[in-house]
Amino acid sequence: MPRLRWFAILAVVVWTLLPLLPLPLWSFSGGWRWPALLPERWSSRAWAFVLSPEARALPALFTSLALALLVTLLALAAGLPAALALGRTRFRGRALVELLIFAPILVPPLTVAMGVQVLFIRLGLADTLAGVALVHLVFSLPYVVLILASAVAGLSATWEEQARSLGATRWRAFWHVTLPLLRPSLAVAALLAFLVSWSQYALTLLIGGGNVFTLPLLVFAAARGSDPALTAATALLFIAPTLAFLALASRNLDERNGGVGLL
Amino acid sequence: MSSRPLTLLLLLPALLIGGLFLVGLLFGLAQSLGLFSLVEVGRPTLRFYGQLLRDPDVLRSLGLTLYVSGTATLLATVLGVALALLLRRMARGAGSLRLLVQLPLPVPHLVAALGLALLLAQSGLLARLLHALGLVAAPANFPALVNDRAAVGVIVTYVWKEVPFITLATLAALRAVGDELEQAARNLGASPWQAFRHVTLPLVAPAVLGAAVIVFAYAIGAFEVPLLLGQSFPRSLAVEAYTLYQDVDLAVRPAALALNSLLALLTLAAVPLYVWLLRRTMI
Repeated sequence: MPRLRWFAILAVVVWTLLPLLPLPLWSFSGGWRWPALLPERWSSRAWAFVLSPEARALPALFTSLALALLVTLLALAAGLPAALALGRTRFRGRALVELLIFAPILVPPLTVAMGVQVLFIRLGLADTLAGVALVHLVFSLPYVVLILASAVAGLSATWEEQARSLGATRWRAFWHVTLPLLRPSLAVAALLAFLVSWSQYALTLLIGGGNVFTLPLLVFAAARGSDPALTAATALLFIAPTLAFLALASRNLDERNGGVGLL
Repeated sequence: MSSRPLTLLLLLPALLIGGLFLVGLLFGLAQSLGLFSLVEVGRPTLRFYGQLLRDPDVLRSLGLTLYVSGTATLLATVLGVALALLLRRMARGAGSLRLLVQLPLPVPHLVAALGLALLLAQSGLLARLLHALGLVAAPANFPALVNDRAAVGVIVTYVWKEVPFITLATLAALRAVGDELEQAARNLGASPWQAFRHVTLPLVAPAVLGAAVIVFAYAIGAFEVPLLLGQSFPRSLAVEAYTLYQDVDLAVRPAALALNSLLALLTLAAVPLYVWLLRRTMI
């Protein structure tokens, strides 16, 4: 039995790492023909190109970062109040509100993007960062509400009531008591909102029309070419910030709230 | 506790954003009926849906999409639950293994697909490993797993990405349920399997199913992965809709949006089920 378990653990480790392994190897390869197991020549050519102005990778990185941070901020600003309402109060029409807010978790972004494009062209929002941020927001918000509403519901109301009975105003009780208690969940919600925006390809392509040039668009363009080294380097540049962001938030990430929507 | 106007005020920003979502769906639906067309002014018509349902290629796309999503969801759910049970049983090293297992979560599907393409291609890393072991003589002897008929590459990408998602949902549910009930069943003479099957499993089922519904809906609507790793015919529904939408001939655009509304309908049908499961989930 223990031997079987060790085998299972080994299988899990190999299964998790193997699909990512070709990326760093290819990104530093200067020639890697069949059937060599490792690149025959190592080279930093792909990385040098990706980091050069010609590749447009750094402006794309900057656009992606600005967009994702904007979306995260807006999603938290709209999501926290909604979570306070959903986590604490029962009201008529609550089920309908939940349906509307959570539906984007299941409905493909592409379907909404195609529908809304005509409208956005008329409103002048197509091909702009604001327009892209707005549609990203639609798909980031439900994860924020999901995480924060369950955190709020799990929070005992007595803490805030004690603060109120000691003379704190409603606002002060919220700011000094409830908000600090929600901090770990806010970090996870921010991580999810950031990731949803960061990974988005279809929405940015359709609403941004190539004008809002983010990293996933660049990765896709590279993948369409025939230079695996370049594709791999671009892909690694694309996931580096998400891994860093995950490491930062992992302190607050446990299975109670982590990964609820990391798709 | 809160007053009604306050509740409404708190919900307002989120409802406005939800409104944009609804507007997008409704505008798409209107366009699929031939309204807001850029090439002709017409009355609403269902003929684009009629065209779709009579098109054998579309039905093949639908079949492929359901096959890929169904297989990926089933595999990810079974493996994800098994992994959660393995992690629960481990005394030592569970923490570091749990961290490692989460690695696919922040990796975008696009990057997962690229990594798997370089791994599974006929001259990819896996074929080279098998060659080194003397099992594969030449790339042509290695089965085509990318852009292949059985969509192996697409399915493996989804499974790799989604297993940790199911695992975390299962672990959360297992923790919320606790192990007292399973222990009680064991004390009453149930075997470990019986106790799991008849006590723990039914209690964690809503959480696991909720996660599985998300995975299924995602796989139905996603288009980066099949675009990169799928074969060119038949294409998945989302890729088909996108290709039609980008066609230079604007007259086919309503057909693209009809296909799109079909996709939205397929996934919208799962929303009430998901919200219901969400409420039954004990976290």
